[in-house]
Amino acid sequence: MSRKASGLKAWAIQRLSAIYIGLFSIYLVAVLLFAAPADYPAWKAWIGGPVVSVALLLFVLSVLMHAWIGVRDVLIDYVHPIAVRAALLGLIALALVAMGLWAAQALILVRLV
Amino acid sequence: MTSTARRPVHLNLFKIRLPIGGIMSIIHRATGVFMFLVLPYLIYLLVLSLSGPEGYAKAAGAVHSLPGMLFVFLIMWSLAHHLLAGIRYLLIDVDLGVEKEVARQTALGVIVAGPILGLLLAWGVL
Repeated sequence: MSRKASGLKAWAIQRLSAIYIGLFSIYLVAVLLFAAPADYPAWKAWIGGPVVSVALLLFVLSVLMHAWIGVRDVLIDYVHPIAVRAALLGLIALALVAMGLWAAQALILVRLV
Repeated sequence: MTSTARRPVHLNLFKIRLPIGGIMSIIHRATGVFMFLVLPYLIYLLVLSLSGPEGYAKAAGAVHSLPGMLFVFLIMWSLAHHLLAGIRYLLIDVDLGVEKEVARQTALGVIVAGPILGLLLAWGVL
């Protein structure tokens, strides 16, 4: 991807991830509204289901990419000193990767244990 | 040069009068940043709830406490506004709802629907 097109790539990723996050959020909220797991075993069985756990991993990945592009755009608008901006972006990238691994670990463990 | 030099610079956020689409847009940003900032807590709750029956009870207790319920409302409001505003942007991308009057009405609709949906959803899931 050329430098000129990198903004277009972010634009496309933002929209693709938005569609998946939107649809899956509606599914999550609908289950919690109309078929909420009543106790721990039911909760674990739902989250750890073969389809739902993989869909949730994809959801986490989508949220991380979506948050990265969104927060990056906000920072570029409001934080102008280049050193501060770079430091904040680095911290945020690190935090997002750490959060993703943390959530992924729990989502994979729930299938194994 | 003279004309650019004389352009008014007016960045006082309390004096700028945003059009309704601008207000909707800044809430879209604010809700996005808010959800990003509380992401660690949401993941913490998920991890806690999956850690065992005790962790599950602790997580359930946290979201059913008074601050927890306020938190769930704010999350649902943010999600509803961000999602509705996002759908509006996607429709505008394909040239739907770009006319000034329609765009103003959908922007107002999103702003109003956000807290109402937030309240209903929070009430429904708790």
